[in-house]
Amino acid sequence: MKRELWKGNEAIAEAAVRAGVEAYFGYPITPQSELLEYMSRRLPELGRAFVQAESEPAVINMVYGAACTGARVMTSSSSPGISLMQEGLSYIAGTEVPMVLVNVMRGGPGLGNIAPSQGDYSQITKGGGHGDYFPIVLAPASIQETVDLMPVAFDLAHKYRSICCILIDGSIGQMMEPVKMPDMMPVERKVYDWAVSGAIGRERHVLSSIYLDVPTEEKINLRILGRWKEVQENEIRYREYYLEDAETAIIGFGTAGRIALSAVRAARAMGIKVGLFRPISVNPFPYKRVEELSERVKSLLVVEMNAGQMLRDVQTAVRQRIPIRFYGRLGGVMPFPDEFVNELQDLLKNPGKPEDDPVDLWYRRMMAR
Amino acid sequence: MATTIVNPENLVYSRPKGLTDMPSHYCPGCTHGTAHRLVAEVLEEMNLLDKAIGIAPVGCSVFAYNYINTDFVQAAHGRAPAMATGIKRVLPDRVVFTYQGDGDLVSIGMAETVHAAARGENITIIFINNAIYGMTGGQMAPTTMPGMKTSSSVNGRDVETQGYPIRMAELLATLDGAGYVVRRSLHDPASIRKAKKAIRIAFETQVHGLGFSIVELLSTCNTGWGLTPVDSLSWLEEHMIPVFPVGDYKVSPEVAALKI
Amino acid sequence: MQTEIFIAGFGGQGVMFAGQMFSYAAMDIGKEVTWIPSYGPEMRGGTANCTIVIADEEIGSPLVLNPPAVIVMNLPSLDKYESAVKPGGVLVVNASMIDREVKRTDITWVSLPCNEIAEEVGDRRMANVVAAGALLALMPILTLEDIEAALKAHMPKRHQHLLPKNVEALKRGAEYAKEHAIKAK
Ligand SMILES: Cc1ncc(C[n+]2csc(CCOP(=O)(O)OP(=O)(O)O)c2C)c(N)n1
Repeated sequence: MKRELWKGNEAIAEAAVRAGVEAYFGYPITPQSELLEYMSRRLPELGRAFVQAESEPAVINMVYGAACTGARVMTSSSSPGISLMQEGLSYIAGTEVPMVLVNVMRGGPGLGNIAPSQGDYSQITKGGGHGDYFPIVLAPASIQETVDLMPVAFDLAHKYRSICCILIDGSIGQMMEPVKMPDMMPVERKVYDWAVSGAIGRERHVLSSIYLDVPTEEKINLRILGRWKEVQENEIRYREYYLEDAETAIIGFGTAGRIALSAVRAARAMGIKVGLFRPISVNPFPYKRVEELSERVKSLLVVEMNAGQMLRDVQTAVRQRIPIRFYGRLGGVMPFPDEFVNELQDLLKNPGKPEDDPVDLWYRRMMAR
Repeated sequence: MATTIVNPENLVYSRPKGLTDMPSHYCPGCTHGTAHRLVAEVLEEMNLLDKAIGIAPVGCSVFAYNYINTDFVQAAHGRAPAMATGIKRVLPDRVVFTYQGDGDLVSIGMAETVHAAARGENITIIFINNAIYGMTGGQMAPTTMPGMKTSSSVNGRDVETQGYPIRMAELLATLDGAGYVVRRSLHDPASIRKAKKAIRIAFETQVHGLGFSIVELLSTCNTGWGLTPVDSLSWLEEHMIPVFPVGDYKVSPEVAALKI
Repeated sequence: MQTEIFIAGFGGQGVMFAGQMFSYAAMDIGKEVTWIPSYGPEMRGGTANCTIVIADEEIGSPLVLNPPAVIVMNLPSLDKYESAVKPGGVLVVNASMIDREVKRTDITWVSLPCNEIAEEVGDRRMANVVAAGALLALMPILTLEDIEAALKAHMPKRHQHLLPKNVEALKRGAEYAKEHAIKAK
């Protein structure tokens, strides 16, 4: 298959088209706008639905409506826009309809800036909207990986009647890499026993997130949780690098994870036996695999472009078995591999104790710079 | 000693006190600068610089607070009229104004704008209509005209699928809470003078407690439109004014009676 | 094997295009490559830069602290990035917009009037291509033929007639660099 050079945002849009997306709704926001612009050209040309809505709350409710028909539907935005969608996401989760959400994260909080950040990890993996629900969240680290995950995202969303989020940052949206595009899949609307389509020759379907009868609402919550248990069982994804003989390991997702790959190679060149664990499904998080890892290595370095949001998941898995070091950059700063190498060298010299608070140590070092 | 080439007695133009001494970040030719200056001049002339509180939007004028020399806050996208309401209700004797683009005011902020007007919120809105989303790279706005090319309507706005532009001044004029609703343009000196007068009346409306006031200013976005600054001005005149006629859409009798 | 190129200048100097040219050429000869720009409003009036990483295996960080190959198209970029060049690396300076010498002695550098050479070739806008030619003469990450083939394969049809001039610009840049480069001490 031929490789072509693609800009991240446009490659994601084309991959969604090829995965059979039937409807896209969006609102401009940097560093994601090229995705919307691409869809504005491409979808009408294919006779599929595209609307530039008046706001993100409108976007997510258009998605909600389209999702109720069982169509493959998606939207994309960046951090402030995703925040505005939280109400709708909760309704979508409560109604148990599938959708794909792409968040091209940028520096925050507030209006922040348009630089790459990973500050929305907790928002999407731990909730964000009200109520108990569990979006599937995939965090690829390259354009090819994102492209390959687009059809997977739609499949997962529909299989588990769930929100599936592709969580990337502005750097992946804005950069260019060679990509092998998958073939065009035909658009096929499956007949679901839950979707609304007009009650032709069948009992009518009603979709709603309102359950005034409290015990029924509890049952629905348990059903959502039950599906999530299946997701946890079956949908763990990650990549491991240089871990076979590793004595210590870096853990990072998305862009921080790929930056760590450079750091690992540099450290290996210096004779440090270090490997990399890069979670791809960050919800469900690969707790078991990280737990196993913590039984093999002597210490861990967690790297993120936030203040230690995934760190909490790592700590849950490691349960103070070994010392954990944290290194993060905030507000849109992209770290260089050299920074991770420095941390690694320091960690090997001063591993500290398993019960030390990694954020505390990191914060003090940041303030002393 | 440095020689002065400018003699004070010959000086006909200088920076108003209402503007800070900050180099502009706007693209050369953009009319945001003109609109900023008009607001600054009016506030200075009315002696309101220390009484006014501005609300900057999300859009190219997100940094309006860097230039207009009053207290300022910065709102989330589209929410400036709500923030203005909050400030005005707590500080009713201050002069509260928002400065918003068409994406901010007509698209995501439509609800906040309409309801602030409907409540007769005693605030002033300076509304920059350039028919495009400038900041995010020239996408279609709710004021983009039929057939107009933007980065999210590359073949021109197709009214069949993308609908029609919204005429905000006309729409707001139907609301009983609005005291002063007008549209002006910034494409030539005569129009700019008229725009300034309208901004003055809008702030007078607020000072006299006569309800919601808004001045819509037809503006250029030469970068987003892909034209030179000069061509943009004539493009505005030729293409925007027919769709968005300049005029007074609502002047309440009390506002009309103001002697300025 | 991995090499990184960093290009900086004003918006409108073709910095992004030059980076993409390297990227296409690298991809077409089977390499892994990333191209990452500085993006957003800063590009409109101000400075623009991009980093290109070319490698034989999966690429980690798309940014590097000390790139071995750097092109600076204007003075602010030289001031800002001269110190970043990896010791032993290469720095190409657009003398048309920069009137000072390079201070570093531990790198190989050349200062060439890219705008004037481009004008001689026939199009001022090809100053970036002249600089690219100079860079490749001093650090053969790719051959001039690789670039030529990539331009041919990926330039939009309406620009194809510019191909011979682009090739000429590349060569002129390369020749100038071979003659005038100051070697690292
Ligand atoms: C919730 C949210 N969605 C989207 C954006 C991105 N955004 C920034 S400015 C802007 C549009 C501004 O256009 P307009 O109001 O017409 O002002 P102009 O830039 O043309 O002056 C958008 C969509 C944002 N900041 N926040």
